[in-house]
Amino acid sequence: MKMTVSKAMVEALKKENIKVVFGYPGAAICPFYDALLEAENDGDMRHILVRHEANGGHEASGYARITGRPAVCIATSGPGAVNLVTAIATAYADSIPLICITGQVNTEQIGSDAFQEADITGAAEPFVKHSYLVKDPSQIGRIFKEAFYIAGTGRPGPVLIDVPMDVQRATIDFKYPEKCEIRSYKPTTKGNYVQIKRVIKALEKAKKPLICIGGGVFASNAKEQINELANKMQIPVITTMMGISAFADDDPLFCGMIGTHGVKRANYAVNECDVLFLVGARVGDRAVKTPLALEKTTQIIHIDIDPAEIGKNIGADIPLVGDAKLVLEQLIELSKPLEHSEWIAQIREVDAKRELAPAPKNTIQPREFIKKLSDALPDDAVICADVGQNQIWTCTSYAFRKGGRLLTSGGMGTMGYSVPAAIGAKLAAPGRTVCAICGDGAFQMSFMELATAVQHGVDIKIVVMTNTRLGMVRELQTVGYDDRQTAVFLDGSPDFIKLAEAYGIKAVRAYDEKTTEQALALLKEPKGICLVEVVVDKDMPTL
Amino acid sequence: MKHTISVLVENHSGVLSRISGLFSRRGFNIESLAVGPTHDPSVSRITIVADGDEHTVEQIEKQLNKLIEVIKVKTFAKDEFLAREAMIVKLSVSAAKRSEVMTIAEITGAKVMDMTLSTMTLELCDTYANLCRFEEVIEPYGIVEMVRTGTIAIEKGSEVLNPKK
Repeated sequence: MKMTVSKAMVEALKKENIKVVFGYPGAAICPFYDALLEAENDGDMRHILVRHEANGGHEASGYARITGRPAVCIATSGPGAVNLVTAIATAYADSIPLICITGQVNTEQIGSDAFQEADITGAAEPFVKHSYLVKDPSQIGRIFKEAFYIAGTGRPGPVLIDVPMDVQRATIDFKYPEKCEIRSYKPTTKGNYVQIKRVIKALEKAKKPLICIGGGVFASNAKEQINELANKMQIPVITTMMGISAFADDDPLFCGMIGTHGVKRANYAVNECDVLFLVGARVGDRAVKTPLALEKTTQIIHIDIDPAEIGKNIGADIPLVGDAKLVLEQLIELSKPLEHSEWIAQIREVDAKRELAPAPKNTIQPREFIKKLSDALPDDAVICADVGQNQIWTCTSYAFRKGGRLLTSGGMGTMGYSVPAAIGAKLAAPGRTVCAICGDGAFQMSFMELATAVQHGVDIKIVVMTNTRLGMVRELQTVGYDDRQTAVFLDGSPDFIKLAEAYGIKAVRAYDEKTTEQALALLKEPKGICLVEVVVDKDMPTL
Repeated sequence: MKHTISVLVENHSGVLSRISGLFSRRGFNIESLAVGPTHDPSVSRITIVADGDEHTVEQIEKQLNKLIEVIKVKTFAKDEFLAREAMIVKLSVSAAKRSEVMTIAEITGAKVMDMTLSTMTLELCDTYANLCRFEEVIEPYGIVEMVRTGTIAIEKGSEVLNPKK
């Protein structure tokens, strides 16, 4: 069918079953927006006007993480595209499938430093799974098909499509391809049978086996399988930050998050185990500080869909390349029920009674608040933790039950991620409660998105923990720099309650027991956007 | 340790920048990189000589394989491949020294490409080590300009690096 490339791009999105796109227009992407209008008017697609392109990318990221499919964000050329880079890098670090569409100056102007021209395929290269600069209009269908295939399969990741304005305007004969064939891209999915048998043998022989769940379990939608295998073989479970909420907090096998900011019990388990079974975890430096020491004392089994992750940070005794879900299914089939009650009891003894740092008068103990929050919200709530102390408080204190989900920027540690990610998540799952938890630093990096939420009626809940400090850096300065505190004072911040009210958002400040109750009651309301400020002492420790 | 790696890639614009970018951002050291077309117009072949231990080379291979446009990667086993590199060198040579240079050229297999009253330009295609030795020998005659292609390599025997397999 004859149509413009712009229209073809919209048709391609429709074929990929895209219902919501996040974007910010500009001159170089106007032809595409013009075509998008029709799809919007027909009710085929919803465009969410974001307030900053980076947040648009994070919103698409939240959306993709809930649907498990690539989500779409759009920016114009030059500054718009460059603003998107932070979101692309954030998605890349956490293996989130995104399709990023950017406008580009006319083909003949490329390289001339034209107005709003930026080499975005070049700028984003280190952070994309793949990218395209579309030069031949007739290739648009193939490129979209490939982009969705690449973004969503294997180890997921962002794919960028940069489309010059004249290409968007060109008329082509368009038919969306049914299939795509890329000779150099064939991700392994099923596990090698010989290796599978070796894994079973090692797990059966182990006296103190331990499973470590990473973000790959979500990427491959293998939550059910990992729960089944762990329970069948009675193997205790720890998670990395990216693996949190893949295993229910109240399961007796669960031992918490590992790492520099992890819980004692989980770190103890890692040091004590004789076989460590990593599932979709890349052993980042924040999760395992000394992988070389660990690989000497412990037998390492490593499943990952990305062969490059195996042996990168930690040597694996039994490497297994494949999709976690399929590999776990293969393992479940071959496994037999085991029992490790003594080992489990040994771990559970550690740190059984934890004392929290006391909160001074008229401030809230943040971890206690998070605990209360997890009791107040429904089991299937989506929690978006930002970066900083609030992230660690959430990761170590929120009791994720079956069906719950944590979204956070684990790899890149991008401040300002939580509010936009929550907007994306809520649009993907309108029936679930979605709550962003951030600090006063991170909140001020993306609170312009309150307008996005209000404009499009996205009922997210926001918790802002205010200590008038960049708390984690402050703590680092206290501990590592002789308490020479610098550039961590957030003086000049607005009154967050008034700020919320200026957007027409209900807000409560929690600083004692009574106001905490009010705050939790507000957060429990199923309808409406709300903001809760939780006043935290400036010297409150992270752990 | 030095490793010679052959990479078959899609003949697209931008592939080379993806590969060189990968090496720099992952901290891999390239000694030389040579790229050119193959008998299949859709495929280009890159030969990379890189420095690093076993772990580094394994990572180089795996990271290269992650690039969508990379079709095939092969690190050659030591002594199992044939390698050549070309060099063009311009010497500042007076008439008195010309015959000495000619003798060296004859012994080493270098060809004289061009000559002026004060210069001689020589070309030589040989192994990396032989080029280095050649350079040492002609150095005293006064090198004013030099250019080398970087190593290209192919496996010994009947084994073929096939994009389809």
